[in-house]
Amino acid sequence: MATQTTTAGKTASGSIILPVIACFAIGFGLIFMSGLVQAETLHDAAHDVRHATGFPCH
Amino acid sequence: MFSRILTSGLIAGAATGLIAALLQLWFVQPVLLHAELYESGQLIHNGAQAVSAHQPTGPFEWTRNLLSVLFSMMVYAGYGLMLTALMSLRGTVTPRQGLLWGVAGFVTMQLAPAFGLAPEVPGVAAADVTQRALWWLGTALATGIAIWLIAFGRGWLAWGAAVVLILAPHVIGAPQPDAYAGTVPPELSAEFAGRALGVGLMAWVLLGLISAWVLQRDPAHSGLPQAA
Repeated sequence: MATQTTTAGKTASGSIILPVIACFAIGFGLIFMSGLVQAETLHDAAHDVRHATGFPCH
Repeated sequence: MFSRILTSGLIAGAATGLIAALLQLWFVQPVLLHAELYESGQLIHNGAQAVSAHQPTGPFEWTRNLLSVLFSMMVYAGYGLMLTALMSLRGTVTPRQGLLWGVAGFVTMQLAPAFGLAPEVPGVAAADVTQRALWWLGTALATGIAIWLIAFGRGWLAWGAAVVLILAPHVIGAPQPDAYAGTVPPELSAEFAGRALGVGLMAWVLLGLISAWVLQRDPAHSGLPQAA
């Protein structure tokens, strides 16, 4: 039982590396765009959230 | 697998972002609007006359606040995706463990950066924004790796590296302004920082809980041990 679980775990972790990296990257992209990009329109729209969530804003 | 992590992260993040936005509008926004009265010069701190601490901050601004809701959902969707991606690496994470993941996320993305760059109320002096953003990102990365090493590392080498990673950004020091030129009363700045961090902790704990719960409902994750 324990061996089977380990094997299943290894197979799963091997096959999820790419999806994990992809989702992590998309998540980071969202954070970067909504929190850190200084383009004026984006900055103005996200202004209050940036301040409230502690991003460096101005 | 990709779409499972994606949908779990987006659902958990959007739900958290919505609640975080309501908390922000209730607890943080009044302080922010109050500070903007000083930033814009409508009120002057330490001027000739004492200024009442109780100021009307105007009517509810729908466009501005709906944009805040939208961006709050985007920010937490981003955090949700990163969190569910990392949770997937660990196999099954129970909602109870998810609470701890949320606290770890809060320390990584908000508390550790705030140790050097406290949440800024509008109208305070600060160093160059690019330098602060770089320090912010570096601090979040180092702290995140450190917490992972503390939680899942084995042995003193991993834990020692974690201590070094947690301390390094603060030993280096965050970029600070050359001169203090803030126009906002320190009372408001302090209240803002406390409120921002408090709402952040509430939101992150929720995010960890919901992320783990949504992922656990996914048979591909919760089924792993049972299927074997």
